Amino acid sequence: MSIFNVDFWIGVGVVSGIYGIFTLGLQLNVGFTGLINLGQVGFMSVGAYAMGMLVVDAGWPLALAFPAAILISIATGVLVGLPTLRLRADYFGIVTIAFSEIVRYVFQNAAFAGGNQGILGYDADWRVFQAWASGRLAAIGLGEVAQLPLLVAVWASLLLCLAALMALQSSPWGRVLKAIREDEDAAAALGKNVFAFKLQSLGLAAALATVAGFFLAMNVTYLYPSEFDPSFTFFGYAVLILGGFASYGGVVVGAVLLCALTEGLRFLELPLSSGQSGSLRFIIVGLILIGLSMFRPQGLFGGKAEMQLRA
Amino acid sequence: MTVGRKAASGAPAGAPERRLADIPAAAWLAVVLVAAALVMTIARGPVAVGQTTLNGLVAAGYFSLGAVGLTLVFGTLRIINFAHGDLLTLGAYLTFGISALGLPFWPAAALAIVLTALIAFALDRIIWEPMRRARTSTLQLFLVAIGLAMVIRYSIQFFAGSQVRAVGQDVLSSLSVGPFHLGTLQALVLVVGVAAVALVGVALAFTRFGKQIRALADNMALAEISGIDTLRAVRLIWLVAGGLAGLAGVLYAAAIGSVNPNFGFFILLSLFTAAVLGGIGNAYGALAGGLVIGLAQEWSTLFFNARWKPVVGFAILIVILLIMPRGIFGVGRARS
Repeated sequence: MSIFNVDFWIGVGVVSGIYGIFTLGLQLNVGFTGLINLGQVGFMSVGAYAMGMLVVDAGWPLALAFPAAILISIATGVLVGLPTLRLRADYFGIVTIAFSEIVRYVFQNAAFAGGNQGILGYDADWRVFQAWASGRLAAIGLGEVAQLPLLVAVWASLLLCLAALMALQSSPWGRVLKAIREDEDAAAALGKNVFAFKLQSLGLAAALATVAGFFLAMNVTYLYPSEFDPSFTFFGYAVLILGGFASYGGVVVGAVLLCALTEGLRFLELPLSSGQSGSLRFIIVGLILIGLSMFRPQGLFGGKAEMQLRA
Repeated sequence: MTVGRKAASGAPAGAPERRLADIPAAAWLAVVLVAAALVMTIARGPVAVGQTTLNGLVAAGYFSLGAVGLTLVFGTLRIINFAHGDLLTLGAYLTFGISALGLPFWPAAALAIVLTALIAFALDRIIWEPMRRARTSTLQLFLVAIGLAMVIRYSIQFFAGSQVRAVGQDVLSSLSVGPFHLGTLQALVLVVGVAAVALVGVALAFTRFGKQIRALADNMALAEISGIDTLRAVRLIWLVAGGLAGLAGVLYAAAIGSVNPNFGFFILLSLFTAAVLGGIGNAYGALAGGLVIGLAQEWSTLFFNARWKPVVGFAILIVILLIMPRGIFGVGRARS
């Protein structure tokens, strides 16, 4: 395959957009609220599966199932947050990862979720839309690129989420979040309901995870449990730390860089089996996590001053 | 100690209450476990309960040994070592690698355990020691541990492939005592596990290093001013944690008869559960926590499909963190 293969790079663009949206939620929690959420992939799978089941089992139109899935995911975030947000930072991390693993095992073992076969056939509405969009793009000579409508939709959503989060961050709400990250006792002393703000942060992150899960579902055409193992969350953390701590713009850059790097590996034409190239991708992600955390913990675009987490 | 504490705080400190609170937590734990076994015997019959108890004891060996290292590292260094499960995997795979070179299984396992200990030690020198000096945040420690876990796991997968491997030992022969059955290999795991747990317990209680390690895990600053060479003790903790993780990995592989590169990571949360149950930083607690998790997961198969075993572990973890975050024996702060 040539390095100039358009379809390949559009695929990379779609995946990096998905990771971007996913990691914006992590950034909101980790970078701006001081919550080490290690269960982000759990919210994504709850959202994606809810959407899939509403369409396939309940016969809902996709356009209705998607917002419903976001609401379900937010509710899950609140439900997880209610008992756990009072825990110490490191215990909160362990509990959230345990939550995401429970979700994965449930989808793997419970009859209603299709087990290891997963869920198939939820994307008919999306195919119709994609065909229509491809027809429109054909008018300007871009009808041949099959995944282009998905790429445009993913990136439009990513930029929309980015703009919304940046606006939120400069609002009073965003300033309270940062105050909580810096010193939650001080924020509480100023009369802020620390717990409610943390809960909102977690719920919003769950919503973002569901948006990412929606596009992931459209990209892979069927949902199966092993797609949602904790590695997905860890990949998100690599994106976050690469782009920069407490920087939403950094998330976008980090997602593009990391996906281009790990996917672009194939052009090195290393004498490796496909399994080995897959392993190598994760080894690189691991090394990035270790190297950046040790030598440049604020990442490419993060401010060092933002890193004064008490936790 | 929850039961005792509740009794003591619920009423004015009368004599019976105080006596209740004085019963050590270990005794309470034993009472609770025996009571649970009795209730299940009524529900499911003695043979089924006996058999699952036996299986649970097999599992308890590797859960306990795995959890000790995890809890010591957390207690002394505040590192939630996400790479600990992958040290188990490493121990198991090194055993296969070495026995492929021609050494019999158990000597190969012994060598693999030593190698795993040395690797854990080396990782401390290369990664964790510089990070201690730089006084890094919880988030950084988390991310380094996660990165390290990925590097170890996928390096194993890179060289050994991702397929499930049989341990290459006789996994079919079994022993029967009355109505109870146990694979020969599992029986061996049970014996080695119990012996190793006992040895660790004795070493922690009576050797100088054991006392130093416990002192460190309990209160690092206090240990330091009372003249313990903390640098040396910390390095020793990594050696012990790595070696026990390697041993736990070998036992786990022998008990289930196969390995894959993810198997250590998959039981990591169960090891966390054991550590949290016993009170983070408390080595004896981790040993007891491993026993509880081993029994609870196997007992759960009396009521649910065995596929749900891991979920039982995670559920216990969450419940324990929420209702008694200091564990059965522990002291410490779990709320922010």
